[in-house]
Amino acid sequence: MFATILFFGIAAVLVCAALGVILARNPVHCALLLVLCFFASSVIWLMLDAEFLAIVLVLVYVGAVMVLFLFVVMMLDIDIEQFRKGVAGYWPLAAAVAGFVVFAIINVVAVKHLGGMSVRTAPALADNYSNTRALGTVLFTRYAYPTQVAAIILLVASVAAIILTLRQRTGYKPQDIAQQVAVRAEDRVRIVKMAAEKRQ
Amino acid sequence: MITLTEVLVLSGILFSIGVAGVFLNRKNIIVLLMCIELMLLAVNFNFVAFSRFSGDIGGQIFVFFILTVAAAEAAIGLAILVVLFRERRSIDVEDIDTLQG
Repeated sequence: MFATILFFGIAAVLVCAALGVILARNPVHCALLLVLCFFASSVIWLMLDAEFLAIVLVLVYVGAVMVLFLFVVMMLDIDIEQFRKGVAGYWPLAAAVAGFVVFAIINVVAVKHLGGMSVRTAPALADNYSNTRALGTVLFTRYAYPTQVAAIILLVASVAAIILTLRQRTGYKPQDIAQQVAVRAEDRVRIVKMAAEKRQ
Repeated sequence: MITLTEVLVLSGILFSIGVAGVFLNRKNIIVLLMCIELMLLAVNFNFVAFSRFSGDIGGQIFVFFILTVAAAEAAIGLAILVVLFRERRSIDVEDIDTLQG
């Protein structure tokens, strides 16, 4: 009973925060509400016994991706008001598409019950079940190569992001250590021989 | 006890909110990216719920990979956004029309 109340409470928070993400005027508010969405989702994932992914969601999404979003939102000085012009015209289309998607999903899941699957409760877990261990056991055996590919994707993404935003600044004088070390005296000092002159 | 129905309906609502957000915030690329994150979150919800209720851990592995790809996508998307803003001083989608010729 407690779990049900908690689930519906968190679900309400999640839906309200998601609505806030798409309706808030200020992009900073959007990002913070999306953080709330991720927290609420991680609570629900915990209730679904996916502990590892719930923690990963908080660490990776809230800790890294959303902080990145906030950085970018605050770094670019955007004129917020100009984005709100002409939005009103899209209301009916957005509501119609969203309503159709929800209707279709409810029809498939709640009315037709996915062939009886969606009304069952979750199967019981063993007493010593560890989600992290179960995930790790499969991840590093059966899905070992996909894991490597995921690692390469992350490497490529980070290199690409760095290369894209790397800027060669002009007008400042950096030290080139190699050039400084390799310099020789004859490159810098010129000894000029000239005859002595008489004092006036 | 919650059943699969509640979780799937919740994720459906979440996904449709993301879709509606793409329609409503057609101009602001940052909010568009956030709406894509919302939709990915809804998809991950489905994976976790099916994984739990059918007793197959494979679904959670896929959530793991989706999180990886989504993080990469967000990083590259925001990097492109920063470069775009530096060039154009604007992140309005309608300003990106150089390829029209």
